[in-house]
Amino acid sequence: MNSGLNSAINAGMAPVATPWFFYALAGVAVVSGVLVITRRNAVHSALALIVTLLAVSGLYLMLYAPFVAGVQIIVYAGGIMVLFLFVIMLVNIERSSKERTFNRMWPAGLAAACALLALFVSAIAKGKALFPDRMMMLPESSNTQQIAAMLYGEAGKMGQYTFAFEIASLLLLVAILGAVIMTKKKI
Amino acid sequence: MVASFMSYLGSRVSPGVAGNQLWVLIYVLIIFAGVSVAVICMNWIERKALAHFQVRLGPMRVGPHGLLQPIADALKLMLKEDIIPAEADQFVFWVAPLIGLLASFTVYTVIPFGPSQAVSDMNIGILFMLGVSSLGVLGIVVAGWASNSHYPLIGALRSSAQMVSYEVAMGLAVVSAILMTSLNEKGTGTLSMIGIVQAQQQQGVWFIFKFFPLGLIAFAIFAIAMIAEVNRAPFDLAEAESELTAGFHTEYSGLRWSLFMLAEYAAMIAVSSIAVTLWLGGWMRPFPNLLHAPAWDFIFSLFPGLTFGGLAAIAFIGAARMPAHSFFRIQRIGLAVFAALLGFIALLLLVIAIAGRSSDTSLAARVNEGIDYVYWFVLKVAVFMYLFIWYRATWPRYRFDQLMKVGWKVLLPISLGVLIVTAIVGVIFS
Repeated sequence: MNSGLNSAINAGMAPVATPWFFYALAGVAVVSGVLVITRRNAVHSALALIVTLLAVSGLYLMLYAPFVAGVQIIVYAGGIMVLFLFVIMLVNIERSSKERTFNRMWPAGLAAACALLALFVSAIAKGKALFPDRMMMLPESSNTQQIAAMLYGEAGKMGQYTFAFEIASLLLLVAILGAVIMTKKKI
Repeated sequence: MVASFMSYLGSRVSPGVAGNQLWVLIYVLIIFAGVSVAVICMNWIERKALAHFQVRLGPMRVGPHGLLQPIADALKLMLKEDIIPAEADQFVFWVAPLIGLLASFTVYTVIPFGPSQAVSDMNIGILFMLGVSSLGVLGIVVAGWASNSHYPLIGALRSSAQMVSYEVAMGLAVVSAILMTSLNEKGTGTLSMIGIVQAQQQQGVWFIFKFFPLGLIAFAIFAIAMIAEVNRAPFDLAEAESELTAGFHTEYSGLRWSLFMLAEYAAMIAVSSIAVTLWLGGWMRPFPNLLHAPAWDFIFSLFPGLTFGGLAAIAFIGAARMPAHSFFRIQRIGLAVFAALLGFIALLLLVIAIAGRSSDTSLAARVNEGIDYVYWFVLKVAVFMYLFIWYRATWPRYRFDQLMKVGWKVLLPISLGVLIVTAIVGVIFS
């Protein structure tokens, strides 16, 4: 299989991912992202958010990160968004859409939004200097295996990111425990 | 154009990997047509088999033994009035069946019908498949909500809860199969669908028999979870007709309703293909390593032709046994023509099998090889499709709390245990 793949690449074929794909995917992501916050109906917002997530996973594919794209679809579009919709359908949208939501929290929201905007503006202003001058390209045919080697390390050695990965999983475990404790009246 | 068309024929990789868009398009069209025909056949077989399980005749009037019933049904559905309820959310109601259809057909891009008989071979094949097929639930949830009616909404809520819970057990069962792919000399596993089958070939064992009974248990968990995943009996709570009329598609009619049916059956074929690829050796014929002499290859390559020959014989017997009344004359002729068609296909397949025997590199040999792969894959999937009907006829529907209990308290712990034990055994034996 691998030899066939290499010969196919050596035959000099152009990559399918042209700039056109980037602009199309980015456009879809931005437009549906705007729709998420402008729709009054919560289900419409959730559907727009799903489209955004799928478009972003397409962008990951363009960056030669198929594993991340697959995980994005499984976890976010397939798992979390279904739960989102589930919850939205359980609550009474008719009533809650007329209520003024988060009315006491808006200064905090504004501050957070401003901080994020400042971050984006500074990142764009500094531009290229912030980013590494070249991207590490994992070969597409063994992308998953390479990620595994970085996370867990090859044959006995510790991986480069083992500690960070385990810390993140510990955080998730704490969150799961918190959710269980909050729903149970008596443990 | 012609050059790029011909250049692919020499290579032995899937068109997606070779980067040949023309052949990708051809493969996509073939698979789309094939799946649609399979859904039509499945519709007839399901009605017929269910009827026979319940000591009825099933469809008998439209064509001999009701063979033309699915076509009549499809025509009826297309001509029926397509009603959108006044209070429904128009756009979402319109888009919901398309989401389900899109999700269940996109999955077919990575299903390996043979080592090169797939649209593409992705490095993340199985992950892509699970992810996209989990998008199918969105279609159901959104359809139930957009109908703006109580039964559909309850059906949609049930369906989303059910699918999210069974996906967990299903995913863990899949992981334990993927662990087994890494038990080769190099020690690296693979998520690619083609790679998984090749790993089974290398290790000389279908993963269902690997580390007996670990592979078998993981397979059983997947086989149970996949029924819940496609909302089929005994887990068809989303459309429990005794409680919810028709569940999430109560308000749908006509063509839109038929799109839901098409998506459901396409998803059934897709999950069966995952099971076949992961545990039952995919496109491999029985005992490819044990009985690998050319004579055995030849004997096994006769199977497709013999299968069609058998079907033709059954059809001929059916034609011969038709009552002699003049009312049945057209039906008898129709069935005889159908039998002759099947017999012709059988003859063609046998000729290809015999012609492909002589040399390894001729076109006939390549075609013969391809037919073999697709035949064994489809045969294994067909067994699963029959099992779906059998389950539906045999088991009563679960209650919703029982369903949740089975998912979270039985399947999930067992699949976690199997995963851990598989990892330990794998480390010990590798």
